[in-house]
Order: sequence, then structure tokens, then C-alpha cells
Amino acid sequence: MSPGLEHRQRGFVERTLASLLETMEHTLLAERVAERTGMLQVRDARVKVIALLVLVIAVSVSHDLRVIAVTFALALTLGWASKIRLVELMKHAWWGTLVFSAAIVAPAIVMTPGRTILRLQFGTITEQGLRAAGYLLARVGTVITLCSVLVLTTSWARILRALRALRVPVVFVVILGMTYRYIFVLLQTAHDIFESRRSRRVGPSSASQNRWAAVAAAGVLMSKTLELSGEIYLAMQSRGFRGEVYLLDDPPMRGPDWLTLAGVAGVAVGIVWISQ
Amino acid sequence: MHIPDGYLSPSTCATLFGTSIPFWWVAMRRLKHRLMSRFVPLLSLFAAFSFVIMMFNLPLPGGTTGHAVGMGVATIVLGPSGSIIAISVALFIQAFFFGDGGITALGANCFNMAIVGSLVAWATYRLLSGCAPLVSPRRVIAAGLAGYTAINVAALCAAIEFGIQPLLFHDASGAPLYAPYPLRIAIPAMMIGHLTFAGLAEFIVSAGVVAYLQRNEPWLLKTTASDVDDEAPGTREQGTRVLWFALAALMILTPLGLLAVGHAWGEWSARDFADAAARSEIAAASGNVAPPNQAPRGMERLSAIWTAPFNGYAPPFLRSPGLGYAMSAMLGTGLVLLTFLLARLVVHRREPRSSGTFS
Repeated sequence: MSPGLEHRQRGFVERTLASLLETMEHTLLAERVAERTGMLQVRDARVKVIALLVLVIAVSVSHDLRVIAVTFALALTLGWASKIRLVELMKHAWWGTLVFSAAIVAPAIVMTPGRTILRLQFGTITEQGLRAAGYLLARVGTVITLCSVLVLTTSWARILRALRALRVPVVFVVILGMTYRYIFVLLQTAHDIFESRRSRRVGPSSASQNRWAAVAAAGVLMSKTLELSGEIYLAMQSRGFRGEVYLLDDPPMRGPDWLTLAGVAGVAVGIVWISQ
Repeated sequence: MHIPDGYLSPSTCATLFGTSIPFWWVAMRRLKHRLMSRFVPLLSLFAAFSFVIMMFNLPLPGGTTGHAVGMGVATIVLGPSGSIIAISVALFIQAFFFGDGGITALGANCFNMAIVGSLVAWATYRLLSGCAPLVSPRRVIAAGLAGYTAINVAALCAAIEFGIQPLLFHDASGAPLYAPYPLRIAIPAMMIGHLTFAGLAEFIVSAGVVAYLQRNEPWLLKTTASDVDDEAPGTREQGTRVLWFALAALMILTPLGLLAVGHAWGEWSARDFADAAARSEIAAASGNVAPPNQAPRGMERLSAIWTAPFNGYAPPFLRSPGLGYAMSAMLGTGLVLLTFLLARLVVHRREPRSSGTFS
């Protein structure tokens, strides 16, 4: 067996384990930050969800790079005031999406036709290409930062209840809540499957054996999923569930919440107005 | 394939979100009707499963690894309605909580992966698996191809959505406001990766999980194979009986073919070139282009090699053309059936006998 093949085999199980662990760590980080006492942590979740949507739509509509940049600065300030460290924001939000977007948009700088700014050996940098890349990266960066600030300062249960304020059907909210809860049960199960496989492996296996192991793990996970679904259904029935879903009402919004909402609405109107 | 925020214009996002709403509504109604209260935990758990399965690194030929979306598996086990809801929920959580896929692009992502992906996977699987038994290898291949087709059609939708952005949305200087690449770049860029690595990963997961389920829990495959009843062979016999009656009815109706006059275009014989009436018919059917004065030499030579015993569906020993037509139909059908029976006999003799069944 060649060393290269052995390396690839090690990578398959370890990389899957790393993905699963990373997701669990991501959630733990969000829970930890949501417990800090910062500016946004004390605000009503409904205000934060509505504010996020309003600002995201305003940024998407805006055609002015300066305005998008100011909104990005506002999102960073909100994060700082909510005691979110820049490193956490980078790890949580920027590393994946922003780096991916930068890689995607880089060729557009030379591929977009327009007014020449700089001639290079492999192409010509155009003003339009730079602007196109700027629009995309600024929007992606701003929206992902806003979204991360919301998620890191609000527990998932509160976000779900806030969705009811937006008239999202109650059944959908309940399904989302249950899905989120059981993602971690299944992540743990998948982690155990791969960990036990790693602990029992005594020698290298072929690529096709690895493929079969991966799909068998997926099959076992599906069987466990459906088994768990049946158990949960029985548990729900034993507690009186008959298909109707009820949620506790949220407490009424307070003065500072209304003020925050009004402020965000003002900013959003300003973004759209200046952009036009 | 998860489209982030900023790549699509607000109007594209709104259009795709609006397009997705009726699909979600119909899917929810169907599930509620079918599963009553059981559908809440089932969908939640399956959405969680779809989420987790996207994190599996799958070893692919060539030493690389890939991720599957799980559209094929979700559709085959839950049916298209269940898959639409389960994948949409997984995408919602990915967008809101993990920043994978945009919030404004949620409608587009759900449309591409949950709706188009599920429906394409369902149609492909149903078409290719036919009425094959639940444990048939044909279902494994059908599942793999369903997953492969679904992810590629979903990727094509995403590529088209990207590609129309610079055409429709640019600022006064001509700089694209959203995704910057036109269709001629966006489509190949998206499809190369999906036709190879991502498609292969989806193929392996879909086919592999179905093969696993066939061996361990074949009942899970019943949702998209409700017309297959492995436990009651009588049902299949009843189904073939209907086909036999239909075949007999068609044979009796074959003399209706005599009502059609003239020749089908291109089915002329060498003699027709010498017949004035046939020549004018050929010319009329060929845009008033006169046929050659003589039959082509090659046609003349080849047509003399074999003379069919029932030439023109008219056996020489029968005077009635109608009876001759019906007789030809019976003889032809009998020969086709005999060929298949002989082929089955040969194949069955070669195959080793299966000793067990899956349970």
C-alpha cells in the first residue's frame, strides 16, 4: 500500500470527524456568546430578527458601495457593542463564505469588459470588474456579519419564537425547533459511528471499502433517524400531542426595543434613499 | 451550490421565493393528509439527517473527497413532498445558523435543491426503477442516477440564476451589481464540478444507501414504490392479465390499418418507381419533387434478396385482406413472445439460484 493512499484513507474518517466536531463547536460558541451581557443580547429577539431582515434587504437593494461599507461598519460596531470578538466573527462568519466569494469573484476583475485601469500579462483590470467584485464582496461581507451578529447574540429558541412574529406557520416553527435539537443528537451519533470505526481499524483499507463504509454509515444513521422519529412520536403522543401545536406567547416589547426597531428602520430607509 | 447573499438580485430572490411558496404549501398539505401528527417528528428528524449527511466526506475515485446533498435519498425514502419540506428546513437552519447559503437567497436555494432536486430525483427514480422489486439491483442504479440527475439539474438552475444577473442588473457604468459572470461562463463553471465530483458523490450516497436499505430495511423504499407489492405475486399476475387483454384487443383491431390509403413516406418498393399512380403519390409527399425515372440500383438489388412470406401483411393462402391483417398480427406477436420466452429460458439457466430473501 502506498503512503499516499494510506494518507488519503486517514483523511476520510478524520475529515468527517473534523466536520462534525466543527459544527458542534460552532454551536457551543454561539451559546457562549449569547449568554454574555452585551448591547444586543438584552434586546427582544423579534426586534433583532426584523432588524436583520430589513437591513439585509436594504443592503441587497443598495447600488452604492459607500453605503454598503457604512452598513458593514455598523454591523461591526453592533458586534463590538455586543462583546463579540473579532476573532470569533472571523471564525464564525468570514472565513468560509467571504474567502470563498473572494476566490469566486477574483477572475471577474479581469474578465469583465470595461474601462482599462491596469494592463497585466494575463489580462486587463477594468473599472467595471473592480466595481463588480466590490459589490459582491461588500454585500456578502455585510450580510454575513449582520447574520452572525444576530445568531451569536440570540439563542435558537428565541429566534424560533421571533419567527412567529413574522407569521411563519407554527407547524414550520415547531419542525425547525425539533430539527435543530436533533441535529446534535445525530451529529453525536454520526461522530460515534466514525470514531468507533477508527478505533477498530487495524490496517489500511481500499478506497472502495472506504466508500462502502461511508454509505453504510449513512444508511445506519438513516435507520437510527427513523427509529428515533418513531420513539419521539410515541413520546409526544403519551404527552397528549394530537397534531395541534401551541407555543407560549412572548412578553410584550419594551420601550428600548421599540426605539431600536425605529432606529433600524430609519437606517434602512436611509440606505435605500441614498442609494437611489 | 448554496447561493450566498449578494449573488442574486432582490427581484430574483423574491421571484424564486414566490415560486417556492405553492410547492411548500402543496407539500405540507399532502403530508398532513397522509401522516397526520406523525409527520412533525418524522420531518424534523429527516431534516436533521439531511443536515448531517451533508458533512460526510465521501472518498471518490482519484483520491479526492466530496459531499452529497442527500436529495436522492430523501426523495426515495420520504417521497417528493417529504423531501421538499425536509431539505427546505435543513437549508433554513444552514442559512440562519451556520451562514451556509444566504438569507435573501433562501427561496432560490430551496427552489434549486429542495423543490427542483426532489422532483427531478423522484421522476428519474420512478422512471428508471419501473415496477422492479424492492430488492432489485435496478433500484440501486435508478437511485444513483436519480441523485446524480437531481444534483446536476439543481446546479444548472443555480448556474442560470447566476448567469442572468449581469444581463439584467448592472450599474450605469455597466459593472454587474450581483453575480458577475454571464451564462457562457456560469454554466460551465458550475456544471464541470457537479457533473464530476459532486454528482459522483450524490450517485454513490444515493445508490449506496438504497443498497444498504435493500439488505436491511427494504420497507423504507415503499414510499416511492407503492405500486410494487413484493409480498403478493397475485397482484402482478392481475396486472399482466390486463396487458394480455389489451394485446388481444389490439390484434383484433389491426384490420383498421387497411383504412389508411397510400404508402408511408420512404416505405416505397422498387416497383413503385415504375407505377404512374405511385410516382405521383411520391412526388406529392416529397414537396412536388419528382422521383427518379428508375428505382435506385441499390434498392432494386437489395429488395430482391429476401421475399417475405406474408408480404404486405397478406398471407397468400387468405383472400380476405382483413383476416390476413389479423392473422399477421397474431403471428408477429407470437414470434415476439416466443423470442422473449427463449431468452428468459437461457438467462434463467445461466443464473445461480438465489437462496435467501431480504427481510
